Amino acid sequence: MEQKPTLKYKNLAMNTQRDLLATWYGKLATAEETKLPIAYMLVPGSVSELVRLMGFEIVFPEINALQCGMKKTAGKMILKAEDLGYSSDVCGYVKNEVGLFLTDRESPTGKLPAPDLLVCNYVGCTTFVKWFEALASYYEVPLFMLDAPYIRGDGITLHQRDYFVQQLRDLADLCGSISGAKYDEDKLKEMLRYSKEAEDLWVKILHSAKHVPTPIDSYFEAVFFMSPVFLMRGMPETVEFYKNAWLEVEERMQLGIGPLPEEKVRAVIEGPPAWPHFRAFWDLFKKWGVVSVASTYSKVGGLFDLGFRHDPDHPLESIAEYCMGCYTNISLPKRAKLLKQYLEEYSADCLVIHSVKSCRSFSMGQADMREYFMHEVNVPTLQIESDLADPRYFQRAQLMNRIDAFFESLEHRRLTAV
Amino acid sequence: MSVSLQQHLQRCRKVVYDMNFTYVDAWRQQHPQGKVVGCFPVYIPREVIHAAGMLPVGIYGGGLEIEIDRADARVQSFICSISRSTLELGMSHYLKNFDAMYFTSVCDVARNLSGVWERNFPSVLVEYIHFPQNMESKSSVPYYSGEMRGLCQNLERIGNVTITDEQLRHSIQVYNENRALHRQLTTFKQENPGKLDASELYLLQRAGACLPVEEHTAMLREVLDELPRREGKRRDRIRVVLEGAFCEQPPLELIEIIEEAGCDIVASDFALGLMWFLEDVPVQGNPLENLARSYLTQSDYSSVRHYGLKRRDYSLVEKVRRVKADGVLFCIAKFCEPALIDYVTHKNTLEREGIPLVNFEFEEKMGVFENIRMQVETFAESILLFA
Ligand code: SF4
Ligand code: SF4
Repeated sequence: MEQKPTLKYKNLAMNTQRDLLATWYGKLATAEETKLPIAYMLVPGSVSELVRLMGFEIVFPEINALQCGMKKTAGKMILKAEDLGYSSDVCGYVKNEVGLFLTDRESPTGKLPAPDLLVCNYVGCTTFVKWFEALASYYEVPLFMLDAPYIRGDGITLHQRDYFVQQLRDLADLCGSISGAKYDEDKLKEMLRYSKEAEDLWVKILHSAKHVPTPIDSYFEAVFFMSPVFLMRGMPETVEFYKNAWLEVEERMQLGIGPLPEEKVRAVIEGPPAWPHFRAFWDLFKKWGVVSVASTYSKVGGLFDLGFRHDPDHPLESIAEYCMGCYTNISLPKRAKLLKQYLEEYSADCLVIHSVKSCRSFSMGQADMREYFMHEVNVPTLQIESDLADPRYFQRAQLMNRIDAFFESLEHRRLTAV
Repeated sequence: MSVSLQQHLQRCRKVVYDMNFTYVDAWRQQHPQGKVVGCFPVYIPREVIHAAGMLPVGIYGGGLEIEIDRADARVQSFICSISRSTLELGMSHYLKNFDAMYFTSVCDVARNLSGVWERNFPSVLVEYIHFPQNMESKSSVPYYSGEMRGLCQNLERIGNVTITDEQLRHSIQVYNENRALHRQLTTFKQENPGKLDASELYLLQRAGACLPVEEHTAMLREVLDELPRREGKRRDRIRVVLEGAFCEQPPLELIEIIEEAGCDIVASDFALGLMWFLEDVPVQGNPLENLARSYLTQSDYSSVRHYGLKRRDYSLVEKVRRVKADGVLFCIAKFCEPALIDYVTHKNTLEREGIPLVNFEFEEKMGVFENIRMQVETFAESILLFA
């Protein structure tokens, strides 16, 4: 009987991340007692190094929505917001956070502190602006609009970069006026050195999926691996996490172990996951031996795999470049180009587009992308619909029918090609 | 010989609902080298296009005038109709005589539609204007004037023209005049609701998105001259502010029904994009910086831009008081997220201020209005009863 290889580093990443998150949630839980200033901020283009430098700890409402989704409390939060008057057509993330406000921020991870400052890093999603304006009306705290120009052309222009850098200075001033902290550029540079190191390791993990079989699922597992580099850059503990994560991934790669017993189909996946039905959603793909080798959702917090790194020698300029370069802030043609690159570089067999009702930032244009990939690039493309936040929009039977039909047809095509 | 108000209204109705854009063809015949720029809602710095000698034309989707044939496969069902019908206008060649399309940062749908446009119509110049959302930073004016300089450069390239500061100043002057007349017309409606139906005001103002601005200005002058002499209709109606219809537009019939149901629409955001500024844009000095500064300091409140230092819901309350409205009608396009999210903040504030409100959703293609009529009638009657 073939023996399963012993994995020396199995669960090392999970345990390290658990400690990292526990420390973070611990700070949030005692924030009121310790008088720790709290900023609410968004994940894409989060200027977490700067805001933490200026004495704040951070709550990410999108992470609240993710946690509520996975821990099955999102439905209740969303209904509370709808009772207040929010339409069923408003983003579920927004409604989840309003629901938390209405229930005194009792989240599955513990009671969350109220904000002292709202930093709306408007990076690629206009709903962010509306969302944080609504939160400003509920919490009545200062709202800082950190506006990232949308990137369509080949690069960031000088006036776009200067606009953003000035806003970073303005934000630092505002944070300092609340927390009393001083802007220390040397300290910021040190934080960015840690950010860069974490980013290097994160990219190694992402690139490992080029290996056949891939050691990681770049969608369903990437959402776990990506959290520290999106939420907790700038800390030595985050670098430690990625060193451990890389040990685990490298070991899997060396032993030819992947997330499934057998890798049958390599897929690139576009769009956010269905958080309230995460496992059930994943199971629909596992059934067909589908592993994701690349995804775009794992780039919402930064396109590090295309080469960007925070640069300690030019701190504010590189933060500006980072923010404007996040996946949600690049044009549809650039997004399509990236998907095409992933399909080629990761030797993918197909593209799966998960269109979510809540998120027009992701979803508007995906149907056009599907036409493009199917008829012009000639890649088998599946488009399915559900939601990333609202549990009501996950129709398992319908999804299963579409997914089964697609992969059955793909299997058939391969057999007849042989 | 001057044209009567009725004749103006007929012409306005014709151009507003002309999806073949025959008035664009007429302009092209007079300007054989001219270029035409389609402008998706809400606000576009038309001065820049005008200064290039080009014609800006508002594109408000296909409304009731076209069938959706090809665009359904490209736009999911949970997305607003105007985006779908605008794409249909493109794919079914209604916009074949347009050289450029402008989109702006009103929402993610509009933004991504610009990307879909780029991919599907590679011969058309597509611009996406990311307006500054940080209304306070000292870098906001240089940023936005830099963006407008980019627009000018691209127009110069496709039109083989040069846009000078002098031309821009002249265009600012021309549009200042037009906006002033829009404001006068709106004030006339507020002061004489019985002399101008909301649907008539709508047509007169919407035509400003279609006609060359000089022609529209001349028309508004004639209309404003004739209106005071008009017989006013005495009606038992409440005065309302209508909010939420700044992008996708309702069918004209819906506007008529709202007034028939007992509401004089004394202020609305139908023509928000065509009016936009509360004061004239300065003509002296650097024109692009003036346009940028006016955007940051003189823009009317709107769900499609951040409010800066003064909250939008407070501006709404001020407007209600200023126009002596009895209540607010939220008339929101289905799936329009900016309006749907703001609705709740607005509702909370209006309730605190004791201002009555009612809300309903519409789609550009709707044909049945009974539910909305009943809602509005009930609303109007309840206010009249307690008055
Ligand atoms: S619309 Fe999409 S990107 Fe924006 S807040 Fe909602 S889920 Fe996030
Ligand atoms: S109707 Fe609303 S959601 Fe649709 S394009 Fe206009 S602003 Fe965006």
